[in-house]
Amino acid sequence: MLEIKNLHVKLEEEEKQILKGVDLMIEAGKVHAIMGPNGSGKSTLSYVLSGRGGYEVTEGSATMEGVDLLELEPEERAAAGLFLAFQYPVEIPGVGNMTFLRTAVNAQRKARGQEEMSAAEFLKVVRERAKSLKIDADMLKRPVNVGFSGGEKKRNEILQMAMLEPKMCILDETDSGLDVDAMKLVADGVNALRDIGRGFLVITHYQRLLDHIQPDVVHIMADGRIVKSGGPELALEVEHNGYADILSEVA
Amino acid sequence: MAKPELKHSATQARLAGLTLPAGGWSEPARRDALSRLIAMGLPQRRDEYWKYTRPDALVDPATPFAAVLTSDEIPLFDHVDRLQIVFVDGVFDADASDDLALQGVVIERLAETAKSEIHWAKAVYGTLEARGQKPVERPFAAMNTAFATDGVVIHVTGKPSKPINLIYRHRSESSDAILHHVIRVDTGAEATILENGPAAARFNKCTEIDVADGGVLHHVRAQGRDHERRAVTHMFARLGEESVFKSFTLTVNGMLTRNECVIELTGDNAVTHVAGACVGDGDFHHDDTVFITHDAVNCESRQVFKKVLRNGATGVFQGKILVQPGAQKTDGYQISQSLLLDEDSQFLAKPELEIYADDVACSHGSTSGAIDEDAMFYLRSRGVPESTATDLLTLAFLAESVDEIENKALADDILARLQGWLARRR
Repeated sequence: MLEIKNLHVKLEEEEKQILKGVDLMIEAGKVHAIMGPNGSGKSTLSYVLSGRGGYEVTEGSATMEGVDLLELEPEERAAAGLFLAFQYPVEIPGVGNMTFLRTAVNAQRKARGQEEMSAAEFLKVVRERAKSLKIDADMLKRPVNVGFSGGEKKRNEILQMAMLEPKMCILDETDSGLDVDAMKLVADGVNALRDIGRGFLVITHYQRLLDHIQPDVVHIMADGRIVKSGGPELALEVEHNGYADILSEVA
Repeated sequence: MAKPELKHSATQARLAGLTLPAGGWSEPARRDALSRLIAMGLPQRRDEYWKYTRPDALVDPATPFAAVLTSDEIPLFDHVDRLQIVFVDGVFDADASDDLALQGVVIERLAETAKSEIHWAKAVYGTLEARGQKPVERPFAAMNTAFATDGVVIHVTGKPSKPINLIYRHRSESSDAILHHVIRVDTGAEATILENGPAAARFNKCTEIDVADGGVLHHVRAQGRDHERRAVTHMFARLGEESVFKSFTLTVNGMLTRNECVIELTGDNAVTHVAGACVGDGDFHHDDTVFITHDAVNCESRQVFKKVLRNGATGVFQGKILVQPGAQKTDGYQISQSLLLDEDSQFLAKPELEIYADDVACSHGSTSGAIDEDAMFYLRSRGVPESTATDLLTLAFLAESVDEIENKALADDILARLQGWLARRR
């Protein structure tokens, strides 16, 4: 599904190398998790894959189903099936959540040569999916993420994911700022979307999210590289011993 | 300051082609306005009040050419039940207009009513305009009072069941229209005035609004989408005790548009809100000049102006709140903001507060900024193309001023039109 080879990335504005050769292959139907200390480059990886400005790829490649992601505009990557659940979802005053969702869904359908969803059909689907994430009508009406609590924002991200039905989902610290109940709700939303044709990359600091979203593979990232990969037990090791042990082991 | 003799000769040249309508109740006011105009002279580039807006095209004796806009758009307010009064190139069109009879309001054509010697409008015509000449001169308004050839006088005596819609149509590439409206709202009466449409190649419009105690007037106006419009408009409003005047203007395109709004809060507890949303593209120049005087206790004034500028367009905002001695408990608010879609566009803002009372709350703010990059990336990451995302964010920015329109149906109409205009680009 997603194949990253020897990816090197620096900041556009300064000579600061952030990713120093990331290799990663995520198969359809699998959940991969990336853990790592602050500043290891986890979020940068998610931004570079989704096409945020401010970064320069100096070496390597990233493809999704064979398509070169790095050549595409952010909206083209989205239409191709890539989705990033933001660590800090952006507030957009003046744009209604529902308008936003419908614009996004129909823009992607249009880009893929599909027919746009009718207002009635859209409403039906969005209500159904919002309900399972405990998103009420008021949250759908309000401006995008404005005045939402941390938990509401993350649930709203998962709702967008559910509506857009991407092939490859990247979740950037979706657990940050969530209490246990909210995390469970979000994890349930993600698990409901697990599918044989869909890949997941879950970025997190802590193992606890992975209790709820069980990964197939866990990677440890440090200083711009993936330094160790393994099964779910690797996350537990981090939880018990911290990153220091692993990092000294690979150094 | 420009050399007085140059200013005088430019003014004379501009007035050479105009004739002062003679006779009737308005003649003394017209003569008075003319003498005031001659004393002031029409503005020139170096005048302080015209520092950001070049008045040349308005002063030029020759009317600048303006192409007539052909459009397949459904007219604004089309689905609103309203009384339509149509002016074509500044001339009242009886055939295109509705019957002017409506319960709760008396509407007459200025050119007709001016034939008589006695009329209620005599007390207002030129009076509010003359009051509004201090402390800042507004020569185009005096010129309008002197030379206006048409317009309506509207006396709101009750609560008419539907809005009165002044519709302007532009048919001639060189029309030079001067319209003057007078509106009086009686004690406890309430009405809504709508205005829309390209009016003429060059347009000078003046509206005097006298709202008596407890009267309410809502005003929603749309200017555009005529690209070569050169317009100067004035609104002079005087508000009595516990009266309300709320005005909103949407402006799209236009080579030169200067909208001046002069409001005097003369009765206690009066409320006025003026708002504007404007979309400018290319050689567009739009100027909102607002002057609100608080001269009574516990009055509220609110100004909300938003401009979106791209491809080198210029937006100007000059807004002043003057709080006179004794106008305690004044609540004055003013915000002017621009969204600059590129580096060639500019927004020039001059917010002013002048306060001579000690128990008041006045605030003002002005910002200029580009599209929020985080919001842009967020939208694009969801598959929304850049141009659609720009339109969405632009509309969201302007919506805050459109929200100032109390009537939801009218606000929706304005928003829908704005959406269409944004999608269309020029």
